[in-house]
Amino acid sequence: MRILREILRRPSAVFGLSIVLLVVIAALGAPLLAPFAPDEQMFDGLTLDGAPIPPDATFWLGTDTLGRDLLSRLLYGARTSLIIGLVANGTAVLIGLTVGMLAGYLRGPVGNALMRFTDLMMAFPALLLAIVLAALLRPSLWIVALVIAMVNWVQVARIVYTETRGLVERDFILAERSLGAGHLRIVALHIAPHLVPTAIVWGTLGIATTVLLEATLSFLGIGVQPPEPSWGNIIFESQSYFTAAPWLVFFPGIAILLTALSFNLVGDALRDILDPTQRGRM
Amino acid sequence: MLAPAPPVLSVDNLTVDALTPEGAKRVLDGVSFELAAGETLCLAGESGSGKSVTSLSVMRLLPKASLRIVAGSIKLQGRELTTLSDRAMRQVRGGDVAMIFQEPMTSLNPVIRIGDQLTEAIRTHQEIGEADARRAALAMLDAVHIAEPARRLTQYPHELSGGMRQRVMIGMALSCRPKVLIADEPTTALDVTVQAQILRLMRELKAEFGTSIVLITHDMGVVAEMADRVAVMKAGRIVETGPAVDVFETPREAYTRELIAAVPRLGARAGTDGPPRVTAEPAAPPAASTRPVLEVRDLAVEYGGSSGWFGRKAGVAAVHGVSFTVEPGRTLGLVGESGSGKSTTGKAVLGLVPFSGAVSIDGTAVAGLSPRAMRPVRRLAQMIFQDPYASLDPRMTVGAAIAEPLVIHGIGAAADRRDQVAELLRRVGLTPDVASRYPHEFSGGQRQRVCIARALALRPKLIVADESVAALDVSVRARVLDLMLELQETMGLAYLFISHDMAVVERMCHHVAVMRAGRIVEAGTRRAVFENPSDPYTRELIAAVPIPDPRNRGRQMAPAG
Repeated sequence: MRILREILRRPSAVFGLSIVLLVVIAALGAPLLAPFAPDEQMFDGLTLDGAPIPPDATFWLGTDTLGRDLLSRLLYGARTSLIIGLVANGTAVLIGLTVGMLAGYLRGPVGNALMRFTDLMMAFPALLLAIVLAALLRPSLWIVALVIAMVNWVQVARIVYTETRGLVERDFILAERSLGAGHLRIVALHIAPHLVPTAIVWGTLGIATTVLLEATLSFLGIGVQPPEPSWGNIIFESQSYFTAAPWLVFFPGIAILLTALSFNLVGDALRDILDPTQRGRM
Repeated sequence: MLAPAPPVLSVDNLTVDALTPEGAKRVLDGVSFELAAGETLCLAGESGSGKSVTSLSVMRLLPKASLRIVAGSIKLQGRELTTLSDRAMRQVRGGDVAMIFQEPMTSLNPVIRIGDQLTEAIRTHQEIGEADARRAALAMLDAVHIAEPARRLTQYPHELSGGMRQRVMIGMALSCRPKVLIADEPTTALDVTVQAQILRLMRELKAEFGTSIVLITHDMGVVAEMADRVAVMKAGRIVETGPAVDVFETPREAYTRELIAAVPRLGARAGTDGPPRVTAEPAAPPAASTRPVLEVRDLAVEYGGSSGWFGRKAGVAAVHGVSFTVEPGRTLGLVGESGSGKSTTGKAVLGLVPFSGAVSIDGTAVAGLSPRAMRPVRRLAQMIFQDPYASLDPRMTVGAAIAEPLVIHGIGAAADRRDQVAELLRRVGLTPDVASRYPHEFSGGQRQRVCIARALALRPKLIVADESVAALDVSVRARVLDLMLELQETMGLAYLFISHDMAVVERMCHHVAVMRAGRIVEAGTRRAVFENPSDPYTRELIAAVPIPDPRNRGRQMAPAG
C-alpha cells in the first residue's frame, strides 16, 4: 500500500504505470478490442495497386503489405512482446543475479570458474548462440523467451559480481561475520537487498533490447513464427517498405519505445521507494 | 607603533547557502577574518562547522549546483575574488592561492609520474621551458626534503609513502610561490610521527617563502602546534578568534573551552594505574576466575599467499610472533601506526582472517574450531569497528541491527528481543523509540552507540574496539570513551583497544602493547610504557603527539625522514 501511495506522488511514475497498465489491458483484451482478426488478409486492406493503406477511418493505424489491420496486429503482438519482455528479461536478471552474487561472494575456485564461464558467454556472439539454441529446440514463444534469457544474463552477472565484491569488503558484512552469521543469512539479508536497485534498472532497461532481439530472431525465422504477430516481427517484416509505408514501422516502434520507457519510469520510482536510505530525504 | 600591514587575504561577512529541495539552507553565516602576511591562521572546528566550505569559497571551488555565495566579499591583496571571471580565477588558483588536501593519494593523478605532474603545475602559471620547469620541480622536491628527489620525479604516486606524497603536494602547491596556502586537514590521514614531520616542514617553508597559511583542522593539538591566530568555527559562524596563546589560555566562549577540554592530553593520567572511574559504583569485585579472557600465543597472519595449482605462493606477513593476554575487566591497548598489523591482529583474534598460532578466548582454543563449535565462543567476544557509517547495514533499522546477534544465535522470542533491544538502547544512552529508524538518520556518535549496543547484545566478556573513536569529533569522542569506561565498570568487560592515538590509549588502558611492522616492540602496564618507555620507537610515538599548548610548540622530537 505504501508503495502504491508513493508511486502516486510521482507524476512520472504515474505516467509510466498508466502506460504499462494500458499495454497489459491491450494484451489481455486483444480479442475483444481488436477490430479485425490479426491474421486476416482483407480484400479491401490493399489498394488496387496492391499497396498497403495508410491510416484512415476503417483501418485506424493502416494496413500492412498483406492487407492485414495494423492495429489488430499490434494489440495481439502486445501479448508476445510482453511475455518476451517480462519472462525473458526476468529470467535473465535472475540468472545474472545468482551467478554474479555467488561468484562475488564465494570467490576462490568456484567464483573464478563462474566468472570465466560468464566471460566466455560474453565473448560468444549472442546471435549465433541464439540461432544454435533455437535450432536445437523447436521455436515457440517460451523457447524464444528462454533463448533470449540465456543470451542476456551475462551483463547482469558481470555487474552484480563487481558490486557484490565491493559489498563483501564493507565493514557491515565483517560485522555480521563477527556476530557468527552464516553464509546464507549474509547473502540473503545483507547482500541481496543491496543489489535490488541494479536488478531493477537492468530489468527495465533490458525490456527494449529484449523485444528487439526477439524481432531479430523472428526475422531470421527462429523467433515467434508468422503469422503470429509480435511488435518486433511487424517492424522487421515491413522495414524495407519504410519510405512507402512509414506507419508500418512507426507505430510498432512507438509501442516498443513507450513500453520500455514506462517500465523504466516505474522501475526508477520503485528503486527510490524501496531504498530506506532515501527515506525522509527526497 | 608601526602601521599594520594590509592583510593578504580578507574575508568579510561571507555568507553561503546550500541549495536543497526544501529551499536554501545557510551553511556559512557572516564569516569574517583577515590573514596578515606571513601569518598562520587556523580555522578550527568540528565536522559541519563550515571550515571546508570557507576554504572552498576562497578558491571559488564550491560545487555550483549545491552551494552558492549569497553575500560578502573575499579580497586577495585588495582584489575582489567573488566577482572575478572564471578565466581570471584560474590564474589566481595555484598562482596566488594554492591548496593542499587531506588525502594526498587521491589528490595526485595515479597514472602520471610525479615529475610530469609537478612540471605541469609549474608551467601552467609560469612562462618557462620544459627543462627549466623540470629544474624547478627538482628544486621544489629538495625544498620539501624528499630523499632522492631526482628518482622521485620518475616515480608514480603509488610508489611513494603517504608522508612523501603529502610533501609532493606541498611542493606542488608552493612551486608558484603563492601568497596564500590553504591546507585542509593536511595531516589528518597521516601517522602521528609523519604528521610531526609535515607540520615542521610547513613551519620551515612558511619562514622560507613568506607564505601566509590558512590551516583547517579539527585537531586542537595541531592548532596549538601551528597557529599564530585561531578562529574557532561552529555551525557556520566564527565564534571566537584571537592569538593562539590567548584562545588556549583564556578562551572566552564556552564552546572553545569545551573543545579544548575534550582533547585528551598525553600525560594527563601520569602517576595512575588505570583509566579514570566514571561511575559511582564500588570497584568491580575481582573476577571469579583469574584466567585471562583472551590469550594469544605466537599469532601470525599472512596476506596474499595461496596454494594454487602451480605450487604455494608466498604471501606478505602482516603479523608475526605476536603474544599477549587480556585480563577480565581490563583493557589492553594495541598501539601502532598504519601498517603495523594492529587491526589484523584484532581481526585474527575474532577469527575473521586466517591465522596461525594459538588464540584462546576464555579458556577455549579457537584455532581449527568448526563454525558450529565456534558459535558459543563468538558470543564471548565482539567487535566495534572504526567507521560507524560503514559497519551498519544501511538497509536495516537500528533495532533490527541490534537484534541481529540475538536472531543469529536464536536467543529469545520476538517480543523478548524487542525488550532487550530497548534495554540495550537505554544502556548506551539512546531512547528505545529510535529502534525503527535507519542508520543514516543518526549522527556519527549515535551510530557508534548503536554499534556498541549491538556488540553488547550477546553479553560478551571481551570487546575488540578497532579505532572505534577515530572517526568521531573530539567532543563526541570523549563521550563515547566515557560510555565504554562506564560499561567496563558496570559489566566487567575487557577491551582489546586498538588505536593509533596515544592520548586516547593513555586514557583508556591498563596495559599497552606497541606494534611496529607486525611485531610487538614493547609491552607492559600503561604506566610503565608511557612514563618509562624502553623502546626508541615508543619514545618516538609519544614525542610526536601534538600537545594542545601553544607555549610548548616545537618541543616534540620529530625524527628526520
